[in-house]
Amino acid sequence: MTLAAQTRIAMKHGAGGRSMRRLIERVFLEGATGIAADMDDGAAIPIGDEWLIVTTDSHVIQPIVFPGGDIGRLSVAGTVNDLAMMGATEPLGLTCAIVIEEGFAIEDLERLQGSIRRTCEEAGTTIVAGDTKVMRRGEVDGVVINTTGIALARRVVRDRGLQSGDAIVVTGTVGDHGMAVMAVRHEFRFGEPLQSDVAPLNGLIRAAMQASGDGITAMKDPTRGGVASALHEMADKAGVSILIREGAVPVRETVRAAAELLGIDPLFIANEGKAVIGVRPDRLEAVLTALHRHPLGRDAAVIGTCQATAPGTIMLDTGFGRRRLSEPDGELLPRIC
Amino acid sequence: MRNDPVRELKFRDPARAAALAAKLQRTVTKIGRSPVSVMHVCGSHEQAIARYGLRSAFPRDLHVIMGPGCPVCITDQPEVDEAIALARQGIRIATYGDMLRVPGSVASLADVQGEGARVDVVYSVTQALAMARASSEPFVFFATGFETTAVATAAAILGDPPKNFYVLSAHKYIPPVMEIVSEMPGSRVEGFLAAGHAATITGWGVFDEFVARHEVPVVVAGFEPLDILAALVRLVELVRDHSHTVENLFPRCVTREGNVAAQRQLWRVFRPIGGRWRGIAHVPNGNLRLRDEWAHVDARRNFRIDLSAVWDGAPSLLSQHCVCGDIMAGVKSPTDCRLFGRECLPENPVGACMVSTEGTCRIWHEYGIRGRGVEVEARSAEVGGRAVDLTSSASAGGGK
Repeated sequence: MTLAAQTRIAMKHGAGGRSMRRLIERVFLEGATGIAADMDDGAAIPIGDEWLIVTTDSHVIQPIVFPGGDIGRLSVAGTVNDLAMMGATEPLGLTCAIVIEEGFAIEDLERLQGSIRRTCEEAGTTIVAGDTKVMRRGEVDGVVINTTGIALARRVVRDRGLQSGDAIVVTGTVGDHGMAVMAVRHEFRFGEPLQSDVAPLNGLIRAAMQASGDGITAMKDPTRGGVASALHEMADKAGVSILIREGAVPVRETVRAAAELLGIDPLFIANEGKAVIGVRPDRLEAVLTALHRHPLGRDAAVIGTCQATAPGTIMLDTGFGRRRLSEPDGELLPRIC
Repeated sequence: MRNDPVRELKFRDPARAAALAAKLQRTVTKIGRSPVSVMHVCGSHEQAIARYGLRSAFPRDLHVIMGPGCPVCITDQPEVDEAIALARQGIRIATYGDMLRVPGSVASLADVQGEGARVDVVYSVTQALAMARASSEPFVFFATGFETTAVATAAAILGDPPKNFYVLSAHKYIPPVMEIVSEMPGSRVEGFLAAGHAATITGWGVFDEFVARHEVPVVVAGFEPLDILAALVRLVELVRDHSHTVENLFPRCVTREGNVAAQRQLWRVFRPIGGRWRGIAHVPNGNLRLRDEWAHVDARRNFRIDLSAVWDGAPSLLSQHCVCGDIMAGVKSPTDCRLFGRECLPENPVGACMVSTEGTCRIWHEYGIRGRGVEVEARSAEVGGRAVDLTSSASAGGGK
């Protein structure tokens, strides 16, 4: 299109899809090798016979309080989940850096802090270091929270470990977080209120890993870009294709209805309390049983399988035919009619 | 609630779909020539066809062409330029999300938004009205879409909008463009699938004259997978029988007369004038402009829109290779375009058909339609139950 569109940062560069991946590769990973070039959920640094897992994430969301959570809960869960996706389910601690806009109510800040503390308790961790900055009114929108998490792991689970024949499992209903936030932001009202699924998943993942032996081959949390984006990244990195049965994907009835109305695929919508897990067929039963026993995994379901042909392709069986599932890009914009 | 059969849409029954697909195959085979070409004129139809993977269920010898049915794609460059000129003057603009990235002559609304212009995305004209009410400065709604959204704009204008609310109408009216497409030299369209939602407003009777004049059948279709398959079966039967009639296969919404109250509102506010549809042609009576009575709401009559200020650069060389117009006229497919999937991508579109989620190029790109080679592979995959090797067929390209 125009020159401006290619030389300036646009919102799509932060939306978790194709554009963001390309930007990172072009700017930040130019010539990079080693740990960062993996572009996994976090870094795995070898220490003795263990791995130190480090991950960091800056959290921005409008509104900062949404049905089912707030930016405080999000910033703890997001980082705990990134650690968990690497197989590190016992976080040693989190750092928390917060940038606040001048004029922000201290009472609101206290509420966020309460939320951070409670979510840390839920995940069995604490904030071990922090930083506070204030910026002038208008220079930052409300509050931005960065958290960094560290943990030790004996076995690292990569997002690139999928193998042909593996089952693809999601740990619950998809699209809850993104649709809840979209509904508040645009003042949509649909029947029963939509709730974000934001939650720390380390307990659930611990249970699944204990049941799996070494049967979990890859994990990813389908945040921005949704399950579709996670699948693309996993398939690309592992050099496999994935066939998804659309009818098997768990979606709440209200989310399904809202998504249909807005012309948005639930598979493209962000989740903050779900994982996409690759499981070797011989351990599938055990992993599913463990997931179903956990309160956060009751709706876990097998949604597809990995195949060796056509690496990087995600096919969707709609029940009426098959098509490719595209890689999300840019912000989700509802259709005109 | 989950398994309540009443809540399960019965228009999405895979077994019934398979039966209809088989019937479609038999009917096309009986016609005994290839290809049989029909056209739909609605982005929502293409969306549903792609969304449900229906193309993999269509007979090989049936070409379902997407016509000029994407309201975003056919909005002409000067119309986008008008909105850009207003935005650059500092006037607040609200429009539908898809319009943001549609290229004008040298920029898109998203580009000027990046420069600091105030452009808001709205989901309905009602939302634009609310935003205007909450402000005291001039507020322009860049109104796009066919009769479906035009009626909503008309209702807003008739509903006593605030004094600072203006409409920049780029609304279009579908029936006239069907005439143009069927008269185009090289047109191979043997029947039309008409858009169910537009017909809900206009009524199916609006196609009577068209059918008589052009001697092609029209079938009004809904948007569920079974709606589309059933309508295609009927349309191909009509082609087989050389029967030039209008049939309504969306009776749960569409009547012969349509929504008379909506039509009254539509024509009270708008008048049809001739105008260009991007890449297609000058379409007589294809554009909807505000009647004189509503001059006080018309952005074109209340602001000085200086288009020369927008043309501060040359249009890109690439855009000269864009075949969007031929694609929307049904003469070419995205895979016939040398830019498709190379220089022209959803994140960096050259032509309008790659911008909108209803554009043919975007839909083909998003849903992995790379030419007929892929469709054939996909079909054999379903029969044989083996994986589809899309990488080898991706280069097959050159589809019809």
